Amino acid sequence: MTGRPEGSPPGAAGPPLMEARNITKILGGKLILDDVSLSLNRGEFKVLIGPSGSGKSTLLQCVHFLLIPDGGDVLLEGASAVEMGHKNVCAFRREIGMIFQDFNLFDHLTARDNVAIALRKVKKVPKAAAMARAMGELERVGLADKAGLYPAQLSGGQKQRVSIARAMAMEPKLMLLDEPTSALDPELIGEVLNVIANLARGGMTMLMVTHQIGFARHLVNEINFMEDGRIIERGHPEALLADPASRTATFCSRLSELTGNQ
Amino acid sequence: MDTWEFYTEKLIPALNEGLWMSVLIIVPSAALGVLIGVLAGAGRAAGPPWLRRVLDLYVSVFRGTPLVVQLTMWYYGLPGVSRFLGSILGPMGLPEFTWRFLVLSPYVASVVAFTLCSGAYQSEYIRGAILSIRKGQFQAAKSLGFTDSQTFWSITAPVAMRRALHGCGNEIIYLIKYSSLALLVTIQELTGKSNALASFYFRPLECYLLTALYYLALVSLATFFLRWLENRLRVPGMGMAKTG
Repeated sequence: MTGRPEGSPPGAAGPPLMEARNITKILGGKLILDDVSLSLNRGEFKVLIGPSGSGKSTLLQCVHFLLIPDGGDVLLEGASAVEMGHKNVCAFRREIGMIFQDFNLFDHLTARDNVAIALRKVKKVPKAAAMARAMGELERVGLADKAGLYPAQLSGGQKQRVSIARAMAMEPKLMLLDEPTSALDPELIGEVLNVIANLARGGMTMLMVTHQIGFARHLVNEINFMEDGRIIERGHPEALLADPASRTATFCSRLSELTGNQ
Repeated sequence: MDTWEFYTEKLIPALNEGLWMSVLIIVPSAALGVLIGVLAGAGRAAGPPWLRRVLDLYVSVFRGTPLVVQLTMWYYGLPGVSRFLGSILGPMGLPEFTWRFLVLSPYVASVVAFTLCSGAYQSEYIRGAILSIRKGQFQAAKSLGFTDSQTFWSITAPVAMRRALHGCGNEIIYLIKYSSLALLVTIQELTGKSNALASFYFRPLECYLLTALYYLALVSLATFFLRWLENRLRVPGMGMAKTG
């Protein structure tokens, strides 16, 4: 795996592709996100890490407007999600892809139909074209031969690759990944990380919650460390992990002690 | 009259007529019952709170009272309501149909009673099926930009249909048998015919035994159709083993 040259992500000159401004979210009377801001330039790959309950997943869902933030706004290419209003929120979500920890493939559809259905129903692509596109996306994740199988007939790693193909078929401007490998058996993690690395090399803008620091450190532009609903540290992975005093470095070394993950 | 002649000349022709009447009651009641069940079940699972309360009330009334009572109310009870309405609306100069429509024919009363009772039970299966769909399925649909109605038609309906099929089929099989209650409102369906013949010729054993076989055949036919439908809709890993 080769990293992208430091400091000059593509498209850095223009306005950010995605800008989350002062996001606040309260769930069940508890403040989960406390005035969080984060932005991504086109082609950037950033990672969110932090202890569980720190608000990482909630932040992803708020960026996607799957959860409507209680305060703040998300701008995608300068267009405000808040100003779009309730009616157009579906159009906003369509521009962003989400990969879930437990895949969330549609159980009643084959791999190919899982990829094709949003093209057909949401983008109104004719059936034949949607199917052809779906096959193309499955090929890209190495699953063309599994197109006719149902989710229950696929391994965890295969399911997650189908879900990546499903999100990619919608040509999202931004991809959000919520612990995409943490529900997988260790031997299946590699195949999914490979697909994600390929997306990164292809210039996909991505924000990922992960504990796979070994994978992330060579590939991402920035690590954001979250705790208690705030981003308390952010920086280039080499810089953050090299500084023994950083919260990120202590967290990661404890993580690798516990799990043996690098 | 010897036994063979009794069968071929009397019993079987009469039961065939009754069978036809039964089918005329069962098919529309089952179809409308499923329709009402789907609407009421979807409303109870995902509707606004006021709608849920209304539909919950419907289900608790129709599941909570004996079908015999419901059926006789539709047929024998409503004319009383009609007379009362007529005594008010008539002097007001309103045309007769504004109260006469409450006087139902035996056939209409049966279909209405069976449909509403069946629909109440069906809605329970549909509601359960919708509520059993994992939240992640909806989240995935949302994240792909599905609107609520696109999610309903592409995800909720096809999954719920498969989950509810067992229960709904079971209810249709019940309906086939409780359609025999129509004899209480003077309908000469299978059981009604059989009843009349049994007492006229005083041969209850043969009459009821053969009637039972007719019902068994109807239920077997329905079971066969439901199995065929299940296998057609079968999706690996969705909890429906291949049968038949």
